[in-house]
Amino acid sequence: MTLYLLCFALFLVGLYGIMTKRDLIKIILSSGIMGYAVNLMFVLLGYRRDAAYPILEKGKEVAVMVDPLPQALVLTSIVIELGTTALLVALAIRLFQKYKTYDITKIRRLQG
Amino acid sequence: MNLPVFIIIPLAAAFLITLAARKKEGGSAALSILAAAVLVGLSVYALFFLKGATLVAEIGGWKIPIGIPLVLDSLSAFMLLMVNLIALTSLVFSFDYIRHLWPDWKYYALFMILLAGMNGVLLTGDLFNLFVFMEIALLAAFALVAYGGRSHEFEASFKYAVMAAVSSSLILISIAVVYGATSTLSLAKIAEAFPGLAPHLQLWIGGLLLAGLSLKAAVMPFHAWLPDAHSSAPAPISAMLSGVLIKTLGVYTLIRLFYNVLGAPGLFLNAFLVLGAVSILLGVVLAVGQWDFKRLLAYHSISQIGYILLGMGLGTTLGMAGALFHIFNHALFKSLLFYNAGAVEMGLGTRDLRKMGNLTRLMPVTAHTSMVASLSISGIPPFNGFFSKLVIIIAAVQAKQPVFAVFAVVGSLLTLASFMKVQRYGFRSERPVEALQSRIGGGMKLAMIILALLCVLTSLAIVPGIREWALDPAVQAVMNKAGYIRLVLGGQ
Repeated sequence: MTLYLLCFALFLVGLYGIMTKRDLIKIILSSGIMGYAVNLMFVLLGYRRDAAYPILEKGKEVAVMVDPLPQALVLTSIVIELGTTALLVALAIRLFQKYKTYDITKIRRLQG
Repeated sequence: MNLPVFIIIPLAAAFLITLAARKKEGGSAALSILAAAVLVGLSVYALFFLKGATLVAEIGGWKIPIGIPLVLDSLSAFMLLMVNLIALTSLVFSFDYIRHLWPDWKYYALFMILLAGMNGVLLTGDLFNLFVFMEIALLAAFALVAYGGRSHEFEASFKYAVMAAVSSSLILISIAVVYGATSTLSLAKIAEAFPGLAPHLQLWIGGLLLAGLSLKAAVMPFHAWLPDAHSSAPAPISAMLSGVLIKTLGVYTLIRLFYNVLGAPGLFLNAFLVLGAVSILLGVVLAVGQWDFKRLLAYHSISQIGYILLGMGLGTTLGMAGALFHIFNHALFKSLLFYNAGAVEMGLGTRDLRKMGNLTRLMPVTAHTSMVASLSISGIPPFNGFFSKLVIIIAAVQAKQPVFAVFAVVGSLLTLASFMKVQRYGFRSERPVEALQSRIGGGMKLAMIILALLCVLTSLAIVPGIREWALDPAVQAVMNKAGYIRLVLGGQ
């Protein structure tokens, strides 16, 4: 249970960063932290104490195994996050070229 | 019918555009219009000729608890027709509109990826797969919002991407909780296991899904990204985003998950009612004060999504019929209004209502179709918007929720006021316009005329006889909660 709570705390750190930081790069990092917290939670869900890796081999006994599905899901979600982060960084670069700053209080062509 | 074609055709078109079609002038536009036309044909077939049958395709031959199924029921077919129809008109409109921006093959390739993602969301029968298709559609949408390459477009796109990252994380957590509680990700299996879960787990799952999906649908407290993103995108993309993307990723998934999977829990239906009423009123109040035409339309999208949520939250068959009908109608008239905004922006070079003038002589098609769309969205009788709003209001009174009916009526009056302002200043003011900057192409006129005609024709869907044929199967698919599990899992 403690692990899940720590995981949730990590998620809240990311959310706090997105809400309060004024620097584009820090916002991107915060969204990354939020993603890591979710991935960590997925891996924790599949974890079994003293379990083996989930691959059947010749001569290996069928014993308690780690649940492989969350691991597959985490791989997918990491790839998606990579794509989103790359896009965010590209947008931040273009914004820097236009405004010469990373400070979102100075990037305010749009209201609301 | 082979279900994966709905996803394969747009993806293959995107691939072929980047590979080959871009080398020829107009090749990428022709290929994407062809793909969208084929998809419209297939979805007409799926909606009208399958007689409400539910098709399940097991990808790779893996049975349901292991593999990822694609499911086509009447609700999916209804939404598929809407998405592909708007995509086709949007592509026809883009043909003349997008030429003055960047090299256009990138635009068409991204558009096809957006379409593939949306069709995937509508067809999938697996919770994690739903998330993946959502992200595919969203990544294409971020790039398309920033397509014009001006500074405020990058700003809107960045805001949109960060908000979408938050909502995706919330949805991913809810998927983790669902998997931890039920050990399955297939929607039908989750629906089977869900009533047996502990009440606090049900609340966690519902609450996380509601927060994540409301962010995608831009319901009122979660709306901050929408006016920027939808008003900064190129006009045909604004039409796609406002007309179908928020409905596919937000409203359709809310309906599918909360009705067919979670079994329409009363607490969340009440949450829909309250969120819907708040969105209707605040969205329209913020819209009345806007002078930027596209921003005004974007705020109206929030308000109209409120009507749909109100109809969903009533939990009655009539309310759901009104909500689904309004989803379709809103896609038609809101896309038409965004095309009008795009045509005016191309003709006059401005989106500010105060700088427009009397356009009835120089741009007759735009001016007259904008009148049709304005009357539709404000709910004036012969047009489709009137009938869907009327159904929602009657359903609210019948469900003993007269307060929410009052919200809907007041919202409709304010909508009428704000569109009178649009017509008064934007299209029919006293100040004449002498000359246009550039001419409106034939494709743009064609797209606007098609949608204006459909705005009138779809009001026929309320006539008994046509209604049983067009609208009722989709409503049945939503309201029949146990039916979804039975139909998808078959004899298992």
